[in-house]
Amino acid sequence: MPGKSAPLGTPTKVTQGAKTKGGIGESTLRPDGTLKVTGEFAYSSDMWHEDMLWGQILRSTTAHAEIVSIDTAEALALPGVYAVMTYDDLPTDVKNYGLEIQDTPVLAHGRVRHHGEPVAIVAADHPETARRAAAKIRVEYRDLPVITDEASATAPDAILIHDNRTDHHIGHVDHPNIVHRQPIVRGDVEAARARADFIVTGEYTFGMQDQAFLGPESGLAVPAEDGGVDLYIATQWLHSDLRQIAPVLGLPEDKVRMTLSGVGGAFGGREDLSMQIHACLLALRTGKPVKIVYNRFESFFGHVHRHPAKLTYEHGATKDGKLTHLKARIVLDGGAYASASPAVVGNAASLGAGPYVVDDVDIDCIALYTNNPPCGAMRGFGAVQACFAYEAQMDKLADAVGMDRVEFRRLNAMEQGTLLPTGQAVDSPAPVAELLRRVKAMPLPPEQQWLTAGEAADVRQLPGGLSNTTHGEGVVRGIGYAVGIKNVGFSEGFDDYSTARVRMEVVGGEPVATVHTAMAEVGQGGVTVHAQIARTELGVAQVTIHPADTQVGSAGSTSASRQTYVTGGAVKNSCELVREKVLEVGRRKFGSYHPAWATAELLLEGGKVVTDAGEVLADLVDVLGDESVEVEAEWRHRPTEPFDLRTGQGFGHVQYSFAAHRAVVEVDTELGLVKVIELACAQDVGKALNPLSVVGQIQGGTTQGLGIAVMEEIIVDPKTAKVRNPSFTDYLIPTILDTPTIPVDVLELADAHAPYGLRGIGEAPTLSSTPAVLAAIRNATGLELTKTPVRPEHLTGTA
Amino acid sequence: MRVNFTVNGRPQEADDVWEGESLLYVLRERLGLPGSKNACEQGECGSCTVRLDGVPVCSCLVAAGQAEGREVVTVEGLAEYAKQRTEHGGCATDACGTSLDAAKRWQPKGSTDSQTGEGVELAPIQQAFIDAGAVQCGFCTPGLLVAADEMLEQNPNPTDADIREALSGNLCRCTGYEKIMDAVRLAAARQGEAV
Repeated sequence: MPGKSAPLGTPTKVTQGAKTKGGIGESTLRPDGTLKVTGEFAYSSDMWHEDMLWGQILRSTTAHAEIVSIDTAEALALPGVYAVMTYDDLPTDVKNYGLEIQDTPVLAHGRVRHHGEPVAIVAADHPETARRAAAKIRVEYRDLPVITDEASATAPDAILIHDNRTDHHIGHVDHPNIVHRQPIVRGDVEAARARADFIVTGEYTFGMQDQAFLGPESGLAVPAEDGGVDLYIATQWLHSDLRQIAPVLGLPEDKVRMTLSGVGGAFGGREDLSMQIHACLLALRTGKPVKIVYNRFESFFGHVHRHPAKLTYEHGATKDGKLTHLKARIVLDGGAYASASPAVVGNAASLGAGPYVVDDVDIDCIALYTNNPPCGAMRGFGAVQACFAYEAQMDKLADAVGMDRVEFRRLNAMEQGTLLPTGQAVDSPAPVAELLRRVKAMPLPPEQQWLTAGEAADVRQLPGGLSNTTHGEGVVRGIGYAVGIKNVGFSEGFDDYSTARVRMEVVGGEPVATVHTAMAEVGQGGVTVHAQIARTELGVAQVTIHPADTQVGSAGSTSASRQTYVTGGAVKNSCELVREKVLEVGRRKFGSYHPAWATAELLLEGGKVVTDAGEVLADLVDVLGDESVEVEAEWRHRPTEPFDLRTGQGFGHVQYSFAAHRAVVEVDTELGLVKVIELACAQDVGKALNPLSVVGQIQGGTTQGLGIAVMEEIIVDPKTAKVRNPSFTDYLIPTILDTPTIPVDVLELADAHAPYGLRGIGEAPTLSSTPAVLAAIRNATGLELTKTPVRPEHLTGTA
Repeated sequence: MRVNFTVNGRPQEADDVWEGESLLYVLRERLGLPGSKNACEQGECGSCTVRLDGVPVCSCLVAAGQAEGREVVTVEGLAEYAKQRTEHGGCATDACGTSLDAAKRWQPKGSTDSQTGEGVELAPIQQAFIDAGAVQCGFCTPGLLVAADEMLEQNPNPTDADIREALSGNLCRCTGYEKIMDAVRLAAARQGEAV
């Protein structure tokens, strides 16, 4: 029977085991798992309140225009409508928000700068009433010329996307339509170029990717009796939202009480605000709870995307295969508002050389202001675009030198101690060569099955799949490799801290720890890991995870692969402080009964106080009695520093994450269809706190990279700057049929600077996945393929 | 208008339904059953999948009025639905024979947490999703569970290609589908073991 021979899982190598049951290193299960499989887990779009109204946003239908007039009378007259608000109704002088630069209007004032910009908001008693009312608002636009690329943005007479910039980047950019510029200059490229026996160049184009989290932007704002508002919301960073929301509402931060609702994925797309302020404004205006839920169409306009990029690269190598130099220029399109563009520039530039030893480097990176959709954070954050380009270059250079592509990479791979182009030494394990070796050593999938299966060939495993477009004719196989480097945590001198409140007490005759942080659980499994850390550090079986809210200090963002490192580090730190206090209580109560209380190193294990030799001194239930011990503390990783604005030199990053991929693809060269057969990954995770979740993150990140390679792109009309495919019908993300098996090999080389030696892992697999698939398609077809995503017309020569 | 239909075995009545409302909207906003999800509301993602007279459908594409007099099963009723199915015969013995040893390998390691809602009775597919790590953000999970449960009802011994085909209408953005494959294989194996 076919079912019997089917493999029961993808092979994964992970380590298991820790002293405390359910502690770190074990694949404990998600604390929210049961709620999520029964449908009881309350996502932000599931919120409901007696008498609640529905909010709706009216968005611009054009990308760049002056607003001549807005007439809301007809909308207000519609029965069931409670409020219509425009810019003129904003309650304070603070009318903009933004992550770093407050350039984004809450509601458009006099001008719209991109397609889908919020212009007015409506509250009504039914979502359809709200939609119809919004459609009755009359906005008269006078179109302006659109800026869509570098040439139109930096032309001498270009309209400025933002007049009178006063942000801290305006002083070092060549044109006000450039958000930020970061050069990275090290060594002497001209001299190094003279030493090169081979030089390869390439121009690469990277499309605009959407995070496409499944849970739409949504939330519920409930006006409170004290004049404040309670906001239930899906976000990546509660306190960052709070800092941007409160001034617009004219409320002190303690009157905007935020609670994290269930978050249906994020991937960077919830780092910026979406409907938060709009819901609060309508709730405060109407005195009623207001719920806003985007539909998928609106979601495509309601969050920033991954920056599309143009990358120009030149590499050189000696005839024995050593890299001589790198000269690169990376142009990111930031769209109409800054969002996270400055930090994305810093990442793309500083990691633009990839995980390789190259001493002579000249990288220049800018982000533009245009009338295209705003771009900001998405998994991989600048490093993804760079990896696509430098990995294509590595293949070209290996071919020029006449070396095996993997061996060429291994020969030039960075290792611990290598200096990045920023002059920063990589001061933890950097097993780039080993990851490549491992991913290459993994067994290859079986050869083309239809060659031997005859009539039994399963079309579902062929390019085109169930469309039954081929039985193997014209299908060729290719294999490609890629490796990447991603920074972990917020870089460039950012005060990247987190806060954890941990309490320990006896409940129902059992010691229980409660962990309270503001960390946004977006699906990554932070809540699982926090419970594991508390069990390991406090030796308890029962851990309660308190809902995330703003009643505790900031946890920082769930992004940059940082939460297990930073909030995990904060939980560990607070647990250690709680443990010290518990031991003080124990010494006070029982110290006189046993000398070890004073002399031995004491641990909490299995609900007991034990010596490091394993002798039990007391039960935690007896130590704690009626007392509860609580600590709230901030925790920081070691500081970083900004990059020099001219040379890019500086200790900018705190940690790195490395992954390598091998892609096996089959391409129907007649129809231009690609089937990815297997996408194997090897990644160093430092320490797998939860091996099951680690593998899940790697597989998920890998699949988003596959999406970039062969299907995902927001198409923006170059003439109008309007989005042409804002739906899941026209913007494709990988289905289960598009996704291959993803075997994962997990390496654990501890980073001595990090809690438990762990590495942030979420983003690295999204880097190397895309170039590996591209390399495999090039290998199969012999085509150069410099654009992603690869489309059928690129493969059939009909583009 | 008023709509009368059966949801998870209980007769339900929804009043003041606007004719343009979807079955998904009525379930979520009028009947207090938000388990069916609203990821795209255009029939592309499968997160709103329910069974309508036994057939998996995107409830966002079903007008509420079309459910009049019919039976709907949502993720909230999946455990009870699976239990009833088992009590009324379950799968045929000759169709449910996936390796017992393989199933046993799938016991979850480590303890479950205090917040996993112990004591809640789950359908085998629900338990398998938890055990295999198939849940991350979980927004696709309800629709996938309804679809996967229906597939295993029809095909207790699916090949990998069968699973992928049956679940190709359900998008997941977090997992890369590997753990979802594992979960369905696990549920099939346990189903075989139980017979």
